[in-house]
Amino acid sequence: MEINILIGGAAGQGMDTVMNLLGKALVREGYGLIYTKDYMSRVRGGHNFSRLRIASGTPWTTIEAIDILVALNEETYKTHKDNLLPTGRVIYDPGLFLLPDHEKRAVPVELEKLAKEAGGAIMANTVAVGALLVLIGLPPVAVEKLLHEVFSSKKGVAEQNIKALKKGYEAAAEYCSACFVLPPKERQSKRLFIEGNQVLGMAALASGCRFLSAYPMTPATGILNYLAAKSKSYPVVVEQAEDEIAAINMALGASYAGVRALTVTSGGGFSLMVEGLSLAGMTETPLVVVVAMRPGPATGLPTRSEQGDLSFVLHAGHGEFPRAVLSATSHEDAFYRLNKAFELADRFQIPVIFLSDQNFADTHRSVEPFDFSRLGYNRHLVGEKDIQKPYRRYLLTEDGISPRMIPGVAEGEVVLVDSDEHDEKGHIIEDAATRVRMVNKRMNKLTALAEEMDEPDLYGDPHPQKLLVGWGSNYGVLREAVDNLAALGVKVALLHFSDLWPLPQKRLLELAGRVKQLYCVENNATGQLAALIRRETGLAIDRLILKYDGRPFMPHEIVGEVEKNA
Amino acid sequence: MLSEKDYLVGDTAWCPGCGNFAIREALAGALAELKIEPHRLLICSGIGQAAKIPHYIKANGFNGLHGRALPPALGAKVANKELTVIVESGDGDSYGEGGNHFIHNIRRNPNIAHLIHNNQIYGLTKGQASPTSDPGMVTGVQTGGVVTPALNPLALALVLGAGFVARCFSGEQEHLKATIKAAIDFPGYALVDILQPCISFNKVNTYGWYKKRVYFPEVSDREDWDAALKLAREWGEQIPLGIIYFKPRPTFEDALQVLEGEPLAFRNFKPQELSALQDEFR
Repeated sequence: MEINILIGGAAGQGMDTVMNLLGKALVREGYGLIYTKDYMSRVRGGHNFSRLRIASGTPWTTIEAIDILVALNEETYKTHKDNLLPTGRVIYDPGLFLLPDHEKRAVPVELEKLAKEAGGAIMANTVAVGALLVLIGLPPVAVEKLLHEVFSSKKGVAEQNIKALKKGYEAAAEYCSACFVLPPKERQSKRLFIEGNQVLGMAALASGCRFLSAYPMTPATGILNYLAAKSKSYPVVVEQAEDEIAAINMALGASYAGVRALTVTSGGGFSLMVEGLSLAGMTETPLVVVVAMRPGPATGLPTRSEQGDLSFVLHAGHGEFPRAVLSATSHEDAFYRLNKAFELADRFQIPVIFLSDQNFADTHRSVEPFDFSRLGYNRHLVGEKDIQKPYRRYLLTEDGISPRMIPGVAEGEVVLVDSDEHDEKGHIIEDAATRVRMVNKRMNKLTALAEEMDEPDLYGDPHPQKLLVGWGSNYGVLREAVDNLAALGVKVALLHFSDLWPLPQKRLLELAGRVKQLYCVENNATGQLAALIRRETGLAIDRLILKYDGRPFMPHEIVGEVEKNA
Repeated sequence: MLSEKDYLVGDTAWCPGCGNFAIREALAGALAELKIEPHRLLICSGIGQAAKIPHYIKANGFNGLHGRALPPALGAKVANKELTVIVESGDGDSYGEGGNHFIHNIRRNPNIAHLIHNNQIYGLTKGQASPTSDPGMVTGVQTGGVVTPALNPLALALVLGAGFVARCFSGEQEHLKATIKAAIDFPGYALVDILQPCISFNKVNTYGWYKKRVYFPEVSDREDWDAALKLAREWGEQIPLGIIYFKPRPTFEDALQVLEGEPLAFRNFKPQELSALQDEFR
């Protein structure tokens, strides 16, 4: 039992407003849902749409089939009518365009006219929400309280919107009242309705991040917006840098001087950051970089999704230095994993790259509240009492980790870091022996770091014949594909990587010997995780299922590919 | 109390007779007179001969990437506002590779003193033109002579709104020391462009060349921007030295209310205290 809604229109028509209102209202009522966005790189016009799927057990992904289509323009109807189920309905404004006579699924609602009657054409979206509510059998009161909250600072606006909401509700009721049945409610546990970028922003702040420097770039900008909004009431400084080169170097300066620092970007911006990444490696300065991937090369498809930068972040930066690469798989996991990125950066004094993508960044889901007590804030810093004098920032130790002091805490003692090869005190050297000792010291950290990597998550048949290997934001769609395949009688499981580098190998190697076919499912054209697995383990993946049209996978696409090969 | 000599550490890798020595001594003298303790001082630099300074002055040091001395300095200042932060690098580093950061940090106006060793040549890479090389200078790369007009750092800084703009000469060490002190004390971004001979690679702008041209103009009103711009544009037969413009304006840090109180780097923190962050998503 589930309901799939698609709302589409031109950029600027306010599809987000509708989905945010409806989504939040539904989550408050106790329903489980996911809401994904598909939008163009423009501020006005074009064709943008969002999908909302309400299902029991909280859906992991949106699907192609549509129960209710909200067409704010004619193009939306034409583009999506074939995916609208025969039992579906299309809400549209007959004042704007007409549907063909044979279209029996029509629910005409004069969105603009009713909005004007309520107080202004701008509220056409609220009228649409009202129409949606009646179709799914939810009373207007569910959204009324939300409208009061949203417009609390604007006198009379909430009342006008409630009027608009009710007009939409009444108009649509003539055609179809509760013709779609909502799934059973989830447990009433005050769940959150939250977007991927908001999860990451909140995780950063709750991890003690005190400085974010970044240059705005889709799809990472949401993190910048979140933390900037919080900087008024929490101790975090957000600085919009003049370029990504400045952004990463600012963050390194802040980290060196003692705070947890973050920078966020997408592939193009990260390209500018790579010299700074190398500096983080050489100076052993903790740093977290969120790279929210979008399709490249160059400007690529700015508002769309891809997993095309795994190989890039694994190798980015000149020279050899240790790093960790983690990824966002689900809202639930990403919150704790970004904290892990900060913890690893501090403990090992290395750059940690956290891979997200548009598919994760822009997707809202209903999730259980997060447990903040699970987050770590272990800085691994030493003070005046702990150090041998004179202080040596790069003291040689067995595991390669030198006691890190920040400037200003020990009288007479200074902290010197250098991008040149250096001795224990941080002074420039060129002699061969010191060079080798310092390279070994840095690279030694990889041994202990590898032990901190989580093995990939295993989901599905405990004795699979087919194993789907995935990473990052494909977690949800792969889970659903595995469920669908299992329902067809396929013995299949998913092995999903969150931590990518150093590559955890144990569980993969164990399983690989037991399954008949290994698949790697990735949103890129070359199979970058498959290549990494082959390089690190010698294991050859039997078949790649790849998608690189800028859109995330739909479950049926993966099911189809696996079945084709049955 | 530390003396000038206490700040002078390390074995310098500069050519004997280099203008860098006088600048280093002037800085050490300024630090001693201002009684800035080494552990409360941070010197950020990029790459180049001048950029080796964090190794030769007793202070915390961030010797980063070529052209990128200002961004880490800004980040460090945010993390610990109690640090005295000096950015010290050469003309190639500050005006060439790091030009974008020069522009935008003047606009930001952080409380940072920016000391630029301007020898009008690239020393570390052995003698190519720098952004401040005069037209006509022949080098191994600019074989027909430099054709592009020189960048005027003082005029650029003034136009961008810098509140402290000064020019010094390594051959006028006492004046340099006094100017560095004023720059460090200035609340906001302070530019000190320091002319210095490169005895190995710049055969045009020698010690004698500078000595003959520099002079100390009468500056009656240091807040007179038009007069400052006029002085900034003087170059050639006569080169004015001194603080040509001095007018504080609100700093980058002033605008950050969150910096009030203890430095960010020293504040305690427990993640569970922030669990109310999720309330807005309910």
